[in-house]
Parts: sequence; C-alpha cells; structure tokens
Amino acid sequence: MERTRRELMPGVFLTCLRTDKFKTAFLSLHLLAALDGQTASQNAALPGVLRRGTVSAPDMAALAARLDGLYGARIEPSVRKVGEIQCLGFAADFADDAWLPDGESLLEPITDLMGELLLAPNTRGGLLLPRYVDGERAKLEQDIRARLNDREEYAHSRLIELMCPGEAYAVDVLGTEETARSIGYVALTRHYKALLASSPIEIFYCGSAPADRVAAALAEALSTLPRGELAMDIGTDVRLNTVDEQPRVFSEQMDVSQGKLVLGYRLGDAMEEPDMAALRVMNALLGDSGAAAVNSKLFLNVRERQSLCYYVYSDLDPVKGVMTVASGIDPQNYDRTVASIGRQIRALQEGDFTDEDLATARTGLSADMLALTDSPAGLERFWLGQNLLGLDYGPEELAALAEDVTRQDVVKAAAGIGCDAVYFLSGGEDEDESD
Amino acid sequence: MKATEYPGLGVTLYRSALPNGLSVYVVPKPGWRKCRAAFVTRYGAADRRFVLDGERSDTPAGVAHYLEHKMFDMPDGSVDGIFAGRGADSNAYTSHAVTSYHFVCTDMFEENLRTLLRFVSTPYFTPETVEKERGIIGQEIAQGEDDPDWTVYQDCLRLLFGGQHPLGDDVLGTAGSVAQITTETLYACHRAFYIPANMALCVAGDVDPEAVERIARETLPEEPAPLPARDYGPDPGLEPVKQRSQRTMDVAVPLFCAGIKLGPAVRGPDGLREQLTAELAVRCLWGRSAPAYLDLYENGLLNSSFSVSPDHAAGQSYITLSGESADPEAALAALIAAAEKPIDPAFFQRQKKAAYGGFVRLLDDFFDLTETLAEGCFAGFDLFDTPAALRSITCADVAAWAAEHLAAERFAACIIRPKEEQA
Repeated sequence: MERTRRELMPGVFLTCLRTDKFKTAFLSLHLLAALDGQTASQNAALPGVLRRGTVSAPDMAALAARLDGLYGARIEPSVRKVGEIQCLGFAADFADDAWLPDGESLLEPITDLMGELLLAPNTRGGLLLPRYVDGERAKLEQDIRARLNDREEYAHSRLIELMCPGEAYAVDVLGTEETARSIGYVALTRHYKALLASSPIEIFYCGSAPADRVAAALAEALSTLPRGELAMDIGTDVRLNTVDEQPRVFSEQMDVSQGKLVLGYRLGDAMEEPDMAALRVMNALLGDSGAAAVNSKLFLNVRERQSLCYYVYSDLDPVKGVMTVASGIDPQNYDRTVASIGRQIRALQEGDFTDEDLATARTGLSADMLALTDSPAGLERFWLGQNLLGLDYGPEELAALAEDVTRQDVVKAAAGIGCDAVYFLSGGEDEDESD
Repeated sequence: MKATEYPGLGVTLYRSALPNGLSVYVVPKPGWRKCRAAFVTRYGAADRRFVLDGERSDTPAGVAHYLEHKMFDMPDGSVDGIFAGRGADSNAYTSHAVTSYHFVCTDMFEENLRTLLRFVSTPYFTPETVEKERGIIGQEIAQGEDDPDWTVYQDCLRLLFGGQHPLGDDVLGTAGSVAQITTETLYACHRAFYIPANMALCVAGDVDPEAVERIARETLPEEPAPLPARDYGPDPGLEPVKQRSQRTMDVAVPLFCAGIKLGPAVRGPDGLREQLTAELAVRCLWGRSAPAYLDLYENGLLNSSFSVSPDHAAGQSYITLSGESADPEAALAALIAAAEKPIDPAFFQRQKKAAYGGFVRLLDDFFDLTETLAEGCFAGFDLFDTPAALRSITCADVAAWAAEHLAAERFAACIIRPKEEQA
C-alpha cells in the first residue's frame, strides 16, 4: 500500500492509499470546523441538506438514479467529532474498476458527483431550498431525541457532557434540540458559504487508482471551491487533571432494567507529550474492546470473576486525553462495580499485572492495527485522526511500536489517571443511591 | 480441494466435502493481513424439537444461545485467553437458524483454526459453570428488553409466528425458559447438532486452502454421525398469527416493524434465484432509491434508520421492514401500499446494477462473505452463482413474485410509542 499526501489547493489535503487489495474503492471529503455549541447543529445538518439535491440531480430520486447507475455506489453524509474538531462532509464507496462487467470507470463520475454535492446544491435565489432545510432540521431534531434509544451510547454522551462543562469537548456532535430547532435556511446558507471559504479540507482515497489520477479528478471536481482566510488554527485543548479532587457523581433515571454505569478519567501528565503506543497498550490491558478484550483486567475481574456485569470495557480518546469505562449492571451492584473498576486502574498504576497480560495487550493492539489495514473505512478513520494530530506513522508502524512497549511505559502512561466523573443511568424504582 | 475460478470477480473458491460430512469453503485473499474462519452449525434458536436415534426431544427456548455461551469453556479453562494471547479475536452469535463460532486473526492462523475446531467440538459443562452463566444470560435478556430496536423486531416475529412456530420465540429465551436449562440439555443438543455433517467451515484470508482441509481432517471425528430430524410443527401458513400490536417504552421517536410471511424457504439453486428475486423486489419496492422510501423520507415520515430485509430460517421465509417515524401509522400504510405498485423497467435495470455492486462489496467483507457461504451451504446453493442468477432475473419475474407474495392484507405490524404520548 503506497501512501502519498499532498495539498491540492490552499488548505485542501489529499491522503491517498494506492492498493489493488480491495474490490471496493473508498473516497471521503471532510470540512474541518472547531466544535462549538453555537454551530454544531448547523454543521451536523449541512451534509444532509446538500445530499438532498444538486443543480444537475435536483432531488433524491435523481441522485439515487445516478448512484444506482454507478453500480450502487454510495455517497453518504458524514459528521463526526475528532477531539474538539467537527468533521463534516461525505463518504463514498464504489466498485473498483477492475470488477465491473463493462470496463467502466467509476472514480471520475463519483468524484464529480461529490464535488457537485459540496459546491453546487439545488438552490433558489442563491439560498438552500427551505423544503430541504426544514426536512433535515426535523430529522436532526429526531436524531438528537433518538439518542435516548441507545442507552449505552446515551449514558456515554451524558457523562462527557456532565464531566466537561466549559470545554468544547462537552458539545455533542449533533448539538442540542434547541440549536437544531433554530436552524433556518437563510442563516444556514450564510454559514455554508462561510464554511466553504474558511474550512481546511481533508480528503481520503483508498483504491487502485494512482494518486495523480485521483488528484486530477479532484482538481476538476473542486475547481470552483472558494478559498478565503483559512481557519488553520483549530485544534483540541487537552485538560490534564480532574476538575475536583473527588470524582463528581451524577445519576439519572430512565425506564431501563439494566443500569448503565460510565466513569470518566483524565490522563494527567501522560498527555504532556503523549506516547500513543504506550497509552493504547495501557488501554488494551485495562479493557479496550479490541482483540485483547477477553484477557483485559476489566473483563476478567469485573465480569468473569465477580460476575458484576454483562459488559464492561474501556475506551480511550487519545486526542482529548479522556478515557471512559462503561458497564451494564444490576443497580444493586453499583458500589461493588465502581470499587472494582477503581481497583483495576490502581493495578495498572502499581504495575500489578503479569508479563503475559502485558504481552497479550501488546499482541492484541498490534493485531488490531494490522487488521485495520484490511478496512478502507478503518484506514480512513485512522488517517483522519493522525492528520489532525500531525502524526505521520501508519497502523503498521504503530503495531511495531506497540511490540516495544514495556511495563515501565504502561505504569508511566497510567500514573496520572484520575477519575473525574461517575454517571449512572438506572430504572426509577429499586435504585441504590450511593452518594 | 476443488478450485473454481471466477475471473470476472477476481476470486477463486476452494471447496470440499469431507468423509464425515463437513463442508469446507476457502476464499484466498492474497495480500490481506487478517483471516477469518467461521465454524457454523445449522442449529439455531428455532431448532427446539427434534428426533435423534428414535428419541424425541422438546427443549426450552434459548438452549442454542446458552450453549453458545458455554462452548468457550474447556476442561483446561476458557479458550478466550488462548485466542487473546495470539492477538486473535474470537466470538460467536446465535440466530434462529444457526450458531456461528469464528475468529479473526493476523497471525498463527493454523493454530487458531485448530483451537476453533477443537473447542466447538468439545462439550464441557459443569453444573457450577452452567449455573453461573444463568446470571449473565439474565443480564443479556434484560439488555434486550431495554433495546427498542430488538424489542420491536421480536414483537413482529411474534405477530407472524408466535405460538405457532418456534420463529415466534425470542432467540435468547425468557427468564422462565432459561431457568429450565441443565447440563444434560446442553450435552444432548450438542450431541445432536454439533456434528460435522450439520456444519460448515468457511475461511477467507491469505491462507493455503489445502492446509485448512488438512487441519479439519486431523481435528474432527472421521466417521459421519446420524443427523437429527427437525420438527418445526405444522406448516404455519401465510396468515400472521395476529395483525397488530403496540407497546410503550422510553423512546424518543415511535418505532415500527412490519412483517410478512413468504411461505416455505426454497432449497437448492432455485433457492438462490428465489432469494435474489425477493431481494430485487425489496430493493425496487422499499430500497433507498424506491419511490415509496424517497417519498416518505422527503415528507419527514421516515429517516435513514429504515431497514428492510428478506430473511429465512427454520424452513420459512419472511420479510421485515423496520424504522422510526413520527407517524408510524402513516408510514406503515404507505409502505404496505407500495407492495402492490408497478415497477418501472428502467428503474429495475438500475436496481440490478446496484445489486451487482452490492455483491462486489460482499467480497471484501469477511464477516458477510464467510457467513453467507455457510448460509448457501445449508440452503444448497453456490453463493458465487449470484452474478449469473442476477442477470437472468427480469422485471416481469420480480413483478410476478411480488404479486404472488406481497398481498397487503397479510402484513402484520407492531409499534412502540414513547411513554408520554400515551398520557
């Protein structure tokens, strides 16, 4: 796999992975904006609005006909949060040329269509169509309300919100119902135009086409992209330590039979000059959901030995320096579970793990990284993160770095971990309040 | 092993049937780092009643899933740690139709394959470990009850089959049925269904196909064992057991799931054609490009969480359509009415192209690829006949199929409404 990176236009970066390995090619384009409560909902709504229709394919039926004709290629709106940056745009996947029955070529038509979605939406009098904006606003409001349906995910986002007040990180990638409700087509058009001119853009391609061909197709498709003063200074503020000495405790009630517990941690001095491989091995040892999960401290102790929960795992955001531990429990096990999770963290800090545990975590992380090279979407996520952090080593190099992580490295990575907040979502009746 | 090349797809499929009855499929993927092996038994939650060696068994709901949880225990401890120690990710799932055990690894493929075959064919249950698992499964059942998507789907299957056919039972069983499961139940079901002739081994990755076959021969019993006779009861017919149901939960937006029975699943090469015809009909009537979907989407009555799938298990085929809607009644009415709309021939041709693109996509998806190979094996067709079969299906075929199978009055539908809406 041959990786190249180039700046196509001011602030427009293309990362290209050329490979013959896949039968499906992948192309994504993201505008980068600072995550901010005032604009998060507008940014979240925008790709959906643009995906409703363009000048040449004015509605969803016309777009669907274009894409079906391109062998069911998909171009979907994409909105995500990387640290305190909101990334918004489109992601496409389509059959690679070699496997089409009639010797057709899809890269150029897909790139054109993506450019058109971004730059030539269906407008009237220069404004986004009110009907499209209203429809996508209603969907966004619904999506925000529907977060409730996934209790595990909801508990996680509530923890982050409550743990990080005053930090951009607390802002949900979709914004709030209030900010979503206030979206109007005139203001959204203005916001869209400003965003196009000022946002850095990250483009990612993975497939059989040489980088020059991809760059040429993109240069053509983006030739009318306005470039004004670019917001190149966006980034993520890392808070090293907990807000209070003792973790803040939050609990909420909902109609659930299984309680959802989430603990949030800051990583301390380890985030000064983060050793990404050591942090990830530490997280794998603790309970990351990757290949080493079933041998992790959390899984083996909290779930298997103590049978306190149905699931338990940790999740690390190396960009923000926040780690979370999530568990589904019977409310009467609240105190014991919180205590047991605390013990597993202390065990890492005290080096209380075997050499075999460490080896398994290293091997697990390394296997996860190598397996990532088989997934275009996984590679895209990985490289978007690396590009935003200004790091330029790939998953294979990270796998190799993981193999060299020592016991001291893990202890050092864990040394500053502090529990900042505990959140518990449980059913109303037989709750077991602990605070 | 027998190799079949599919030059238009850039794929070679290796297959063989061992003397013990096991079907082995390997798709080599040169240059890929990960390998996936799935060892699948044609034994799912719906296989509750069966006859083996003249003896009839009637088992509680949830045994297949309980067994899946307990298979990872070996006399020398859990195999999880063995896979984890090699950086491999092993897991399993249970559906109404099958139980699938699998691993994904980037190293030590052959060792992992031996471990997989060995642990799935070694039953080891003690009353203590089986008892301990009951709590974990109870938590999983509770988690399912909290999950509105899962609940609405189970409600729909209950409307179609409840009390009439085991497809109406929850895959996990209930607290009550799970309480009846003992070590003896688990041993008996393992003996009946975990035999090579009832199983398929499917592998994708940069591996040597001959080595896969050799390891399977070395690890598994040589002699074929008798197959159990499954008993799903009398034919459930095409009418739903009940037409409508409704419940309330803590959800933000109402959820719905509609379903329709399609009758007995067709087996053999005709089964593939039948399945693809159903898939094309579903694409044309309710897919992301279908007029009914786009119309509802543009009117704010459906969002992108809408999904529709033709499915088959335990000898029956059926379709479910599920999604979120502020006005589920209106969405359901429009979706059901769409079943009887004519299909535009030019639109149909584009859907065929899109379906072909979908098949190419499957070739890079190791999970779907290996699981679908097993599905084809159990249904008696060759997955790689898909492009040819797709080519042969016409717009008239699909229209005729829809007219025969999708009568509006045979749809059942359930809805979950937010709690406060009721007050």
